[in-house]
Amino acid sequence: MLTAEDLAIVALSLKIALAATLVSAPLAIAISLLLAKRRFWGYSILNAAVHLPLVLPPVVTGLLLLRTFGHRGVIGAWLESTLGVVFAFRWTGAALAAAVMGFPLMVRAMRLAIENVDPKLEDAAASLGASRAWRIVTVTLPLAAPGLVAGMIVAFAKSLGEFGATITFASSIPGETQTISTAVYALLNDPAGDAQAMRLVWVSVIISFGAIAASEALARRARRETR
Amino acid sequence: MSLHVQITHPLGRITLDVTFDATSGLTALLGPSGAGKTSVLNAIAGFLQPARARISVDGDVLVDTARGISVPAHQRRVGYMFQEPRLFPHLNVRHNLQYGRRFATNLRVSEADVIELMGLAPLLTRHTSQLSGGEKQRVALGRALLSGPRLLLLDEPLASVDTARKGEILPYLDRLRAELRLPTIYVTHNMDEILARADQTIRLVDGAIHS
Repeated sequence: MLTAEDLAIVALSLKIALAATLVSAPLAIAISLLLAKRRFWGYSILNAAVHLPLVLPPVVTGLLLLRTFGHRGVIGAWLESTLGVVFAFRWTGAALAAAVMGFPLMVRAMRLAIENVDPKLEDAAASLGASRAWRIVTVTLPLAAPGLVAGMIVAFAKSLGEFGATITFASSIPGETQTISTAVYALLNDPAGDAQAMRLVWVSVIISFGAIAASEALARRARRETR
Repeated sequence: MSLHVQITHPLGRITLDVTFDATSGLTALLGPSGAGKTSVLNAIAGFLQPARARISVDGDVLVDTARGISVPAHQRRVGYMFQEPRLFPHLNVRHNLQYGRRFATNLRVSEADVIELMGLAPLLTRHTSQLSGGEKQRVALGRALLSGPRLLLLDEPLASVDTARKGEILPYLDRLRAELRLPTIYVTHNMDEILARADQTIRLVDGAIHS
């Protein structure tokens, strides 16, 4: 059975992954729309920047986050002095690291879903009087919804398993930033930690199955609704 | 109501070059496929930006390339029935019909009238996937009418419907013509279905009007 400590680690992991997914989703939708619908100066730069965390070693992404959002980072110092918001070595920092790492996966799925919406339907909406923004809200996004949700689930799963950037930027502080991944790593270095590590491993397997089942169920429902 | 159209636009190896006026009633735009018929409709509706054009409805300019005017498609109030019905698959029949209503400024027909005119009452709660080809076209036409258009563009509305079903739609077009008197441009390559109904006929061959 899970101990109180195990449960705390699992709860914190879920909180971090959920926060990372929900906070980054609106930005991911906006950027996916931009990449799918528009061609503009700096398109390739934005596209590359979005995909960067997918290609960079996670430790490097973590280090860049530390330099940017850390106590002495360009944005981090400003946020701390003006708004009192601190990311480094806090659970919010772990969420930021998870969000950054999951972002390219979320955008890829969302962008594909938006590109798959038949532009002829958007033209039909325009001929009926709908402005560009209204067409996006009432036609494009509802029809892309299964892909948007799929993107969020993939990002959530990625956030849950994130290790490199999280441990570099937020460390593995029990009760504050220690997630399932970083806890398992810490337990591996502890001769008495084997049993707890295995318990956490089983929990992550179960959560992963749950997430995949949920995404399949959502996709099936969406297919039924749009058919 | 009157529509003035003057378009010059390169289309692949041909050049679209048409000038015509259409008044209340049915204008049949005939011609073989590839003659540029759909491009004329797309230029009127705002989905094609012509190289040179002047298009106006009752003196209200939609496009005037000489003055750099091109009203966005959603502000033109042109009812367009595309070759395929293009119904919104995530909405049922009633919600498809109501889609353009919020934008209609001076609606000349009520929703009830359109439902009656197009015979849609039994279909309202249906999902679009549960409709036949002819039913889909009737919903598409009803949806266009409820967006408060100043004119109607019908692009081969019978092309995707088999011969047996054509008889199911033509009477609705006749009722529409008799009761709403909207200037209507009807594009087809099949003359029989429309010649008897047209107030004016324009033949388009390789982008140019043949009288």
